[in-house]
Amino acid sequence: MYDFIQGYYAYLFLATLFVIGLWGMMTKCNLMKKIMSMSVVQSTTILFWIVSAYKDDARVTVLDKSLGVDNPDIYLNPLPHTLMLTAIVVAVVTLGVSYALIINIYREYNTLDEPTLLERMK
Amino acid sequence: MSSSQIPVLIPVTFLLTALLIPLLGLINRSLAQVSAVIASGLALVFSYLGLQAVLSQGRISYHIGGWMPPLGIEFILDSLSAFLCVVFCGITLLVLIYGKTSVAHETPGKDIPFYSLTMLLLGGLSGMVMTGDLFNLYVFLEISALSGYALLGIGNRRASLAAFRYLTLGTAGASFYLLGLAFIFYSAGTLNMADLTQMLPFVQDTRPVSIGLVLMVLGVGLKMALFPMHAWLPDAYTYASSTATALIAPIGTKVAAYVLLRLMFFVADPDYMRHDLHLTQVVGYLGAIGIIWGSIMAICQKELKRMLAFSSVAQVGYIALGIGLASPLGFIGAVLHILNHACMKGCLFLFSGNLRLRLGHSTIPKFSDTLSRSMPWSSAAFALAAISMIGLPPTAGFFSKWYLALGSIEQSNWIFLAVLLVSSLLNAVYFFRIMEKIYLKPRNAGGNDSHGDAQQPVAVARNEAPGTMLVPTLTLAVGLLVLGIMNAWIITHVIHIMIPSGL
Repeated sequence: MYDFIQGYYAYLFLATLFVIGLWGMMTKCNLMKKIMSMSVVQSTTILFWIVSAYKDDARVTVLDKSLGVDNPDIYLNPLPHTLMLTAIVVAVVTLGVSYALIINIYREYNTLDEPTLLERMK
Repeated sequence: MSSSQIPVLIPVTFLLTALLIPLLGLINRSLAQVSAVIASGLALVFSYLGLQAVLSQGRISYHIGGWMPPLGIEFILDSLSAFLCVVFCGITLLVLIYGKTSVAHETPGKDIPFYSLTMLLLGGLSGMVMTGDLFNLYVFLEISALSGYALLGIGNRRASLAAFRYLTLGTAGASFYLLGLAFIFYSAGTLNMADLTQMLPFVQDTRPVSIGLVLMVLGVGLKMALFPMHAWLPDAYTYASSTATALIAPIGTKVAAYVLLRLMFFVADPDYMRHDLHLTQVVGYLGAIGIIWGSIMAICQKELKRMLAFSSVAQVGYIALGIGLASPLGFIGAVLHILNHACMKGCLFLFSGNLRLRLGHSTIPKFSDTLSRSMPWSSAAFALAAISMIGLPPTAGFFSKWYLALGSIEQSNWIFLAVLLVSSLLNAVYFFRIMEKIYLKPRNAGGNDSHGDAQQPVAVARNEAPGTMLVPTLTLAVGLLVLGIMNAWIITHVIHIMIPSGL
């Protein structure tokens, strides 16, 4: 059990974080809190890619003349990191659009609390 | 022009126009719509040329930046993606022509962002269809989804909340997809679809791959509004403007369905999906439940657009059911239904837009037979599309259901067959209800006028929708008849070629 936790603690942490995010999106009434939970879910996904790309004793993917390019084990795979840069941009844009939408909702109904909102929509 | 450039030309046309429209709008507002129409017309020409090229010489692959496929990003035009591109460029062209009057009427002053977002949406969707790289697919999925949220948010005062709900659910779906992709990537070591098809059989019995596939199907299912994940759809479609709905309803969920087809039958091994993971069955049964649930909910609705939105949930179920059959007949049914449903739903939503322009509402209990006299052509288009939705023979809707039913019989899957038959009856219930009101119910049907009186037909002034709106509606309606008659040709010459080898 202890070995399991020690071996996988990053993944256990991420799984917890993912579930917290989903739980927040489902149960929180305030739209702002929903956005925060959504952001947690997105960040977890990004972190998952980054954590999985980790290699013991590997270095940044910059060519070191003294080490050469023959042994791929000493370099990290650069692909996940670059992909996640794109994913971060997507996450930022999602936040932007969601803020625009809730600003619109607030102007219309003067509240961000979902039950009150549904009350005023009738 | 060499046909090898076509896969990348279609998304680039849309994306460039998305940038151009705000600039052109500075010169003259009306240029926005014109350039959007020209761009989708161009894209239609490109995709038609692409389809011809693909049918005669096989798939076309374009390597972005000249990097070779397993490492670089590849855009692929094969018979399935070319077919889908032709379908949605055609529908888009008609809807954008329609938008001229409708957008100005329903969302005045917002035409420049509207058309710019539309082009962005289409750029994302065409990218999703073309790309041969799973991460690139995620990026295009988010491009189309984000512009979709914004488009659906332009509507009446409830639209923002509906769009916000769609945004949270859609983002969760995309996160599931990306998480699943991480499992696949770290197991198989590649993101290229063709490469992955080669690599997956070696690793597919491990747990990470099965978890990854399940998560990706879950994410795409959410985008596609597969049954338990459809909650965002009715509100989002109801409160958005007519043109936005007519644009997103026929093609948005269909492109997600296409991704599901691609994922289950082309990237992964269909045999593995069916016999070891049982994912196709799960998708099929969820689709079957969705068909019944969507139809029943549609019967309960008082508002035409909301009814059509629930019926969309049901129609997506047919495609899922075709995927669930996982046989050549099911595949034909699913692909044909993507085409048919795009035309039918497009036509029906355009009809509801015509009503909103002329009557100012689309509430079903208020319909009466004055409608069929004041708007005879729109009503005729509606009737034709409704008949096709129910699935009566000469129209297109019959044939996709026919192939799905044949597929169910072939596998002795009587539950699916029963669902198909019952759903046709339910469709008949909610469409005949409206047709009865439009064609038969007199205006003052209070029930207390004396029996004997032959009711004098009241003279009703013609109040038909303007030409820019009527022509697209009618074109789609006539298209349904043409597609119905041409279906054998489409299946033998186009759809048969795309059936994946593993099925």
